[in-house]
Amino acid sequence: MLPTPARQGLSLLVGVKRCVDYAVKIRIRPDGKGVDTDVKNSMNPFDEIAVEEAVRLREKHKKEITRIAAVSIGPAKAADVLRQALAMGADDAIHVEVGKDAVLEPLAVSKILAAVTAKEMEKNADEKEAWAWHLGKQAIDDDASQTGQMLAAKLNWPQATFASKLHFKGKFAKGEKVEVTREVDGGLATVETTLPFVLTTDLRLNEPRYASLPNIMKAKKKPFQKLTLKDLGLEEDAKPRLETLEVKEPPKRQGGAKVGSVDELVSKLQEAGRI
Amino acid sequence: MIALATPARISLRGAARMHTTPLRSFSASSISRNTLLFIEHKEGNINPASLVALTAAGKIGKEVHGIVVGKQGETDGVVEKATKVSGLSKVLHASGDKYASNLPEPLAPLLQELVSSKGYTHLIAGHTAVGRDVLPRAAALLDSSQVSDIVAVHSEDTFERPIYAGNAIAKVKTSDKIKVITVRGTAFDKAALEGGSAQAEAVDAKDAESPTTFLGEKINQSSRPDLATAPRVVSGGRALKSAENFEKYIEPLADALNAAVGASRAAVDAGYADNALQVGQTGKIIAPELYVAVGISGAIQHLAGMKDSKTIVAINKDEEAPIFQIADLGLVADLYNAVPELLEKVKK
Repeated sequence: MLPTPARQGLSLLVGVKRCVDYAVKIRIRPDGKGVDTDVKNSMNPFDEIAVEEAVRLREKHKKEITRIAAVSIGPAKAADVLRQALAMGADDAIHVEVGKDAVLEPLAVSKILAAVTAKEMEKNADEKEAWAWHLGKQAIDDDASQTGQMLAAKLNWPQATFASKLHFKGKFAKGEKVEVTREVDGGLATVETTLPFVLTTDLRLNEPRYASLPNIMKAKKKPFQKLTLKDLGLEEDAKPRLETLEVKEPPKRQGGAKVGSVDELVSKLQEAGRI
Repeated sequence: MIALATPARISLRGAARMHTTPLRSFSASSISRNTLLFIEHKEGNINPASLVALTAAGKIGKEVHGIVVGKQGETDGVVEKATKVSGLSKVLHASGDKYASNLPEPLAPLLQELVSSKGYTHLIAGHTAVGRDVLPRAAALLDSSQVSDIVAVHSEDTFERPIYAGNAIAKVKTSDKIKVITVRGTAFDKAALEGGSAQAEAVDAKDAESPTTFLGEKINQSSRPDLATAPRVVSGGRALKSAENFEKYIEPLADALNAAVGASRAAVDAGYADNALQVGQTGKIIAPELYVAVGISGAIQHLAGMKDSKTIVAINKDEEAPIFQIADLGLVADLYNAVPELLEKVKK
């Protein structure tokens, strides 16, 4: 038998999180320790953008993007968002399953994703294969905006955060350059970094597609790996460092007062010393 | 006599401390257990968000040292300004070309090294684009679970932060040895630029290769006040219908009120306004004295960015719009009539 020719190209790993849907009005749990998550959940909107960017890249560079793997860490139901990523165009899914009540902070997630990366790189031990992570810039539940940066640190890869434009300049190989436009305070900044790297997506990077019904059906047949923290040797390392003492409602505003005319508006603002 | 008595008392205290913490006995006097503040700056000025973070750092109850980094020649003026800021007792500084443009790859290891070698217990910065980029990378290097975007300090290890787009506030206690924190720019007052007398101290800039290079930036030039810190903001939404209308209705009103211009995501996505003007969960989070929302319905994501404003005015023709539930003063009217009228009356 002939040896399989080395597959040079770019393997994309995309992190997806299952969150309370952005349109849901959240409720504080009666025990005051968290938020009721037994409501409609969906893929974190920034992660949809991360998946979309990977899929678009492959549509442009069919041969060079060798794989798009969607990765999620969470309880059994996190499989839903992985199926969605598969239906959007990812090739395979990796689900690191944890208990329903497990609390995973971005630091723990970065360690788990780094361990998954090492495992996947080992399986595909091609020196020239390039790797990149796509993650959302933040999850809309904890609003931390940490995981991508922490993952980059753990892997000792460069990072390009809050990306609104991505341009691969060279070949899809280790050490090749990528130009990224980032959203910063006051405008845009452009950096050039090298593969492998971690990208976090901002809203304006792209408009994610809807998964079509045939693609949802096809997604059911795509490879789906399951891992546990034990498989990755991270049971201890993933333990939370933060204790949530209390979750409360933000201070309520006394809104709702209406004025009848512009004149009334102006005089009320003058009274209040605002203009 | 007095001059003799004082040093004797100090040495006694030192002995007592040595007794209670034997592990650190030989270095107790040289290691400070303080807070390190990352001071962000641009064009020679300290970022107001860093001054807000300094106030939060002061509430932790430890001595606060600042760190200023940047290109050679760029840091001198900032260091001088920083030594005068009220609340800082020391200003560390490092300069070198690799520290230009706040690239996280060289900055995070520098912060990690300073925190570790000088024994800081807290590393703190503003929750700005730079703070959000650099601090988590440093936190991971320090193996610390960062607490992002805090709005209150309860003690040296307990903080409050908004979650779910500000629809809930979580009080969290960290068990990490080194606490890495970013601070919401609107949650505390700014530290005063005058009144301090900190020492400046150069620290070694290690020669780290960065795999990333900065190519350039496009910053929106505007003579108006900066959106993040302006006391007044006029924001436009989807109802403006075009970039021309945005310019015609929102900007003159902002100018008449000496206000910054903001926008909802809908207005930004439709191309009416630049994305740097977006107010909301994924844009800027602001808390001006006066916020005027024109033609903005008030989606959760928008409210997350402005609901801490002191006075909220809403002008919308849909009286069911959710913005009216939080507006102090709501005017149900067509913006195309109401805004010009308001402009006229404000000008008087």
